Amino acid sequence: MAMDAGDIERLIKAALPDALITIEDLRGDGDHYACHVVSAAFTGKNRIQQHQMVYKALQGRMGTELHALALQTATPE
Amino acid sequence: MLDDTLRQRIDQEVGSNDVVLFMKGTPVFPQCGFSAVVVQVLSHLGVKFKGINVLEDPAIRDGIKEYSSWPTIPQLYVKGEFVGGCDIIREMFESGELTEMLNTHGVDARPAA
Repeated sequence: MAMDAGDIERLIKAALPDALITIEDLRGDGDHYACHVVSAAFTGKNRIQQHQMVYKALQGRMGTELHALALQTATPE
Repeated sequence: MLDDTLRQRIDQEVGSNDVVLFMKGTPVFPQCGFSAVVVQVLSHLGVKFKGINVLEDPAIRDGIKEYSSWPTIPQLYVKGEFVGGCDIIREMFESGELTEMLNTHGVDARPAA
């Protein structure tokens, strides 16, 4: 149960092409990440909807292959 | 699979308790760091809540994810409404938004400061 940071970024980019993504491997174990996503697609959505968009981009890997992804979403300033 | 019976059970839980936390472990003994964070936040705010241990109930553990279209545990519900998981609760707690939201919904919560 681990996932490469590059794969996470690629999946999010595929769904949200304009996204600015910062990923930090919190423990260096490929299983606990903190991820910050900025995208104009989040505009007008509440936090739950924004996170759901990212989870959707990860195509079911969240909670299975990917155990821990601390997520923060924002719209561009 | 979330069938009608299970959906009704979850409706019943989140409908009959003001604040419900679906978590791994119990409020006294959380068995996952993310669940522990939310328990800590709620306790800090002096919020009374019902903890539901999904580790003891595999049907709920899977069903709740479908119920809210949310892939992870913990999940917090206030007055029947899904509020978020660990990240969102932490963010709302730090900004003071959580206390405000709880009070708006008629749930007693101490100010975070």
